[in-house]
Amino acid sequence: MASSKKYWQSVEELTGSSVVETLSKKEFVEEIPTDEFLGDKETLEASGTSRRDFLKYVGFTTAAASLAACEGPVRKSIPYLIKPDDITVGVADWYATTMADGYDFANILVKTREGRPILVMPNKEANGATNARVQASVLSLYDSQLRLKEPQVKGTAISWSDADSRIGDTLNELKKTKAPVVLLTGTLASPSTEKVISEFIAAYPNVKHVVYDAVSETGALDAFEAMYGTRTLPTYRLDIAKVIVSVGADFLGDWQGGYEKSYVAGRKPEAGKMSRHIQFESNMTLTGANADKRVGLKPTDQIFALINLYNAVTGENVTSKETPVDAAVKQAATQLKKAGSKGVVVTGLNDKNAQTIALAINNALQSKVLDTTVTNNVRKGNDADVAQVVADIVSGELAGLITYNVNPLYTLAAAKEVQAGLEKLKLSVALSVQNDATATAMNYVLPMSHYLESWGDVSITSGSYSLTQPTIQPLFNSRQLQDVLLKWSGNNTSYDDYLKAFWSTSILKGASWNQALHDGIFTKKTANKLSAKTISVADAASKLVTATTPSDYELNLFTSIALGDGQQANNPWLQELPDPITRAAWDNYITMSFADARALGFSNPIKDNGAVDGDYAKLSVNGVEIVAPVMIQPGQAKGSFGLALGYGRTQGLKDAMQVGVNAYPLYSNANHIQTGVSIEKVSGTHQFACTQVQKTIAGRHEILKQASLDQVVNAPVHDWNKPAMASLNHKEVVANSVDLWEAHNREVGHHFNLSIDLTSCTGCGACVVACHAENNVPVVGKREVRTGRDMHWLRIDRYYSSEVETREEAKALGLSGGDLYKAIETEAENPTVAFQPMMCQHCNKAPCETVCPVAATSHGRQGQNQMAYNRCVGTRYCANNCPYRVRRFNWFNYSNNNEFDFNMNDDYGKMVLNPDVVVRSRGVMEKCSMCIQMTQATILTAKKEGRKVKANEFATACSTACSTGAMVFGDVNNSEDTVAQLKEDKRAFHVLDAIGTKPNVVYQVKVKNTNEA
Amino acid sequence: MRSVDKHSQLIKLLLKRVTFLFIFSLSFFVQAQDAVDAAQQKEGRKLFKSQCAACHKLDKKFVGPALGNIAEKREADWLVAWIKDNAALIKSGDKDAIEAAEFSPSAMTAFPRLTDKNIEDLIYYTTVGDPVKATATGAVAAEATQETSPWLAYILIGIIVFGILIIANLLKVISELKGAPKTPGLASNLNELWIGFKRNSFLHALLVVFFLLTTAYVLFGSLFKMGVDTGYQPIQPIAFSHTIHAGDNKIDCEYCHSSAKHSKTSGIPSANVCMNCHKNISEVADDTKMVLDGVTLGKVELDAEIQKLYAATGWDSETLAYTGETAPIKWVRVHNLPDFAYYNHSQHVTVAGLKCQKCHGPVETMDEVYQFSSLTMGWCIDCHKETKVDLKGNDYYTKIHEQLSQKYGVDQVSVAQLGGKECGKCHY
Repeated sequence: MASSKKYWQSVEELTGSSVVETLSKKEFVEEIPTDEFLGDKETLEASGTSRRDFLKYVGFTTAAASLAACEGPVRKSIPYLIKPDDITVGVADWYATTMADGYDFANILVKTREGRPILVMPNKEANGATNARVQASVLSLYDSQLRLKEPQVKGTAISWSDADSRIGDTLNELKKTKAPVVLLTGTLASPSTEKVISEFIAAYPNVKHVVYDAVSETGALDAFEAMYGTRTLPTYRLDIAKVIVSVGADFLGDWQGGYEKSYVAGRKPEAGKMSRHIQFESNMTLTGANADKRVGLKPTDQIFALINLYNAVTGENVTSKETPVDAAVKQAATQLKKAGSKGVVVTGLNDKNAQTIALAINNALQSKVLDTTVTNNVRKGNDADVAQVVADIVSGELAGLITYNVNPLYTLAAAKEVQAGLEKLKLSVALSVQNDATATAMNYVLPMSHYLESWGDVSITSGSYSLTQPTIQPLFNSRQLQDVLLKWSGNNTSYDDYLKAFWSTSILKGASWNQALHDGIFTKKTANKLSAKTISVADAASKLVTATTPSDYELNLFTSIALGDGQQANNPWLQELPDPITRAAWDNYITMSFADARALGFSNPIKDNGAVDGDYAKLSVNGVEIVAPVMIQPGQAKGSFGLALGYGRTQGLKDAMQVGVNAYPLYSNANHIQTGVSIEKVSGTHQFACTQVQKTIAGRHEILKQASLDQVVNAPVHDWNKPAMASLNHKEVVANSVDLWEAHNREVGHHFNLSIDLTSCTGCGACVVACHAENNVPVVGKREVRTGRDMHWLRIDRYYSSEVETREEAKALGLSGGDLYKAIETEAENPTVAFQPMMCQHCNKAPCETVCPVAATSHGRQGQNQMAYNRCVGTRYCANNCPYRVRRFNWFNYSNNNEFDFNMNDDYGKMVLNPDVVVRSRGVMEKCSMCIQMTQATILTAKKEGRKVKANEFATACSTACSTGAMVFGDVNNSEDTVAQLKEDKRAFHVLDAIGTKPNVVYQVKVKNTNEA
Repeated sequence: MRSVDKHSQLIKLLLKRVTFLFIFSLSFFVQAQDAVDAAQQKEGRKLFKSQCAACHKLDKKFVGPALGNIAEKREADWLVAWIKDNAALIKSGDKDAIEAAEFSPSAMTAFPRLTDKNIEDLIYYTTVGDPVKATATGAVAAEATQETSPWLAYILIGIIVFGILIIANLLKVISELKGAPKTPGLASNLNELWIGFKRNSFLHALLVVFFLLTTAYVLFGSLFKMGVDTGYQPIQPIAFSHTIHAGDNKIDCEYCHSSAKHSKTSGIPSANVCMNCHKNISEVADDTKMVLDGVTLGKVELDAEIQKLYAATGWDSETLAYTGETAPIKWVRVHNLPDFAYYNHSQHVTVAGLKCQKCHGPVETMDEVYQFSSLTMGWCIDCHKETKVDLKGNDYYTKIHEQLSQKYGVDQVSVAQLGGKECGKCHY
């Protein structure tokens, strides 16, 4: 019997020791030192404050505090003294302008409120597209931490006029002695700035202008120059492509500025017009994730695969080596040949010879996708020139260095040698927006204006001329590059006058300046097609093969979607943006294949709070060692590692943003492929901040439906987009048709729907940042994201395929119970990837609404599920009852809180807040509102103008930010709205339609072109 | 610079009347001859205000020189010639004219329409000045106290109680007369009642319940009024009177609060809007008054308030130019909605066509603006429930109104029926 059993805690207890008996009678082993905290009696009695007095004070202060709380604060209202004509307080102004920071180039529209830019959106009329970094750039404007505020010499402030005269004197001295000076800039792509620089060089002939891209495309530039005679990049018309073969080119990421928009334009399953995209790559990139067929391949093997592809397409037999994927290469070649002029090959290998071979294949195909009539100006960096500058600095031959918005002391592999060499310079000037590592090391530091404070022009592609105009007065005592150089060249024109004059004579030639400024762009007919010179591919291939030395482990450095080259590393929106593939925020890490992780003993255990941990690895390349955490990445090619550039910046960054490791020291010779890598596991556990731990959809295909192009075009809908069924009166019926509740009347007025095309969504994350900016979504920091308390109203879920996709398949394999779940939850080694933007589904039968005890969340007639923050008492029942996990709880006050030292804890950072949306406080639930402030504003505009709302006039932040058009928002009660048709499309489905929530967000089945022939 | 008389004299009106008044005054010319010819003075004053005051004052330099006692300085004939066509006079080489022209770089307007008589009146006025006003005879009547005194209520209650007692007594007497047994007097009755009450525990419980309910009611009521600032009337940095501007001078609300029809905020006018008028109005008329916080401010105080505006905008009333030294005016916000409530003026002003007074009360009678409405959610909702929407002529509403009126079976739908009661329309 259980009751008869006796348990002893120790031998002493069994033998009946007296110590045990004594201890058992005492609760505390030692005497509690009460005297220590009560103090001695004498002092207490001598004190003038009695216990009664103390209680009186407590009573009084409590009463006083509560009385004071009854009075509202006195709020001041300070109007303009002289109101600018174009500002109406409370009404937003939009300006067309252009972003160009040397890495990201975009035609954008900027929304300003009371003279403050608060939102960046693509200028779709100028064919603009924005990525997450462009969207977030508006917050970098208000970065009071990192931005330079006044001119300095060796750390002490001076005036601009002093700086001008002192630097001018030094420049003149150097000019007399003909001592070389270098002006080091990023890619400017600005016709007028190039003229300003040429005038500066005319005034100081000893100055040389060197273009330095932190992340280089020199190989492609050199190859194009050798073949076509101009040092520029071609454009690729992926919208007309039938077959796209990419060898390591992440063209949906940052490769040559990105080709997301035209890529998606060529993938419209409705028209049956969908390109076939085959990707050979080592890291799992956004491009690979979107490819129809992805082949994992080590970096050096990519080189051979490219040559093999050339051989297979042309039938030649130039030097190469075998690769494990030659069958796939042959297949790709067959498809390319079949596509003929509609086929294209691109490669991301930063090597002149590799790029030459890619161009040669395109020429062999007579590819029309490769467009030489319009050239791409977003990368101009010249590695050889930069290497020469570095050598000259180190050797002391260079007398002066003027940098403009480049940060070589962070981005150069040889940063340490350069830093030592800087002391030998007679003149070192940093013209910089940011107080970065380079700026702190230079003698003169001159603050530059942010692009939102500046005038300028940009020619992103040949024939298109975009204008940059200021949207705010400079926040700090800054000038822009062109004004500085004009002054130094002895030209006293202000740059805005100069720009206007330059445009009227060189670009507009009679066309209206005001119109160009309004549109943000001016286009011209471009030059004719360039003709290609014949270049010996055999030579290039043999050089390439000789130069390539494969090794067991190879490193592929890349730029992440969030940070790019790292310019905006102090931007909390970007740091908090989860990587689309790994879903980890606030970090970079070594990505590793399953096979290598198993062999080397790395793992990513999931902790009981739902967070992911990782092991550290020491990576050595050419004598440079770094220690970074390891993230096991499905699809990573065996024998290759990935590591993102742009992280690990420290100089001037807030503590919270100093995350990750700096990978630039490994980026020697500007080559993102590094061979001869050795890796070793070191002690320590890294804490990742992953926003999604589950990898697959675990067989629940009602969440995300996928189909092949062939199915969509030829098969009946029920084969690939079958609605959930339910049993009613013992008959199978469509689950959605069964309802316990009375339906809302949806015919009257507007009824908003959001359609998301999973085929067009590349997972770029621009919408996530746009949502942050529009809706004042707070940043919560790494620790909170790690424990699943991220506040993203809109997230992009990423699902990998597993080897066993459905329960039925698993059962057929004889799996059951835990094994079955393990099989469908384990991602494949080289999985296909699907992205799914997920936000409040605005269910017509919302589970959250019925459980709210205070009716804080309710349903609007226009289809929006509304959230009254002031009514919410924070029970969180709604979040628990939400099948989509889209409700977010404010665990803390995220504004004015030093624990969350991000933009909402900073007077400058708060300037980006949208005044039309409230900043939520602690203890309330929040979620996507379907941008009700925007829909209401649209309605009000129509009312004021006494007209109907126009077709497709309604928009949300995410749908506006979406460059590919994957997100379409509108009123389904207006048959002219695109979304009305999309809702009825045969590809349309609702997530989890079986549970009958009847969402107002409708998804379109993801389609892949699986045609192998 | 002209001072505003009665705050409502409009130049247009004056010009229309000038001719009539002129003839009218002529007919009285002979009779009205006095130590100061009041009629001529009046006529001159009117002409001066309408024709000259934009650039001249009697006692001060303005755009043009001070004109007080100009007759002592210049000959009457010369003045006539100068006023009618000063350019011709200068051209003729008149020394005085050339000297006078140097006063200002901008030439004076010619007034060929003025007759010699007009000019004579004008000169007369500049000589005698403004008529001396009789001292104010304490005409401002004591404001009738609107509040009903509490003792009035007490008397009323007393009368009612007394009446009831009389009726009760009468009834008692009647019943006694009808043969009912005689009952003891009122005092012993009350005593018995009191003893009965003391013994009755049910009544005790009832009293306690009553007391608790009353307390709860009062407490709830007072808590409910927390943060409701009806009547909030902060002291503003400048004693600006809406009575003078919107009331007496009938300036349209939206002239100053111009963003109300475009924007969510009605907008506190920027100082340049004030200066549109106040460049020319540096002082108030003699009898202008405003009551601020129980204190009546007169001309001296109010002129000082205008100077505050000049200090803020950096306007130098001597040189008539901006100095560039500015200081913002920190008004105290009267109507404070919490951040979580979205309100849009243009929806109510432009679309609904509401008068400002609907929510803000009789601002045109407020020397000092106070919060007229409670601005509580209940107040908003009540209006949304009651207000029928006038949708005529607005194409936006055509379809939705047709559908809704059918749905609700009404001719005209209310704001609430249009969706104006949904949480998310104001809270986001």
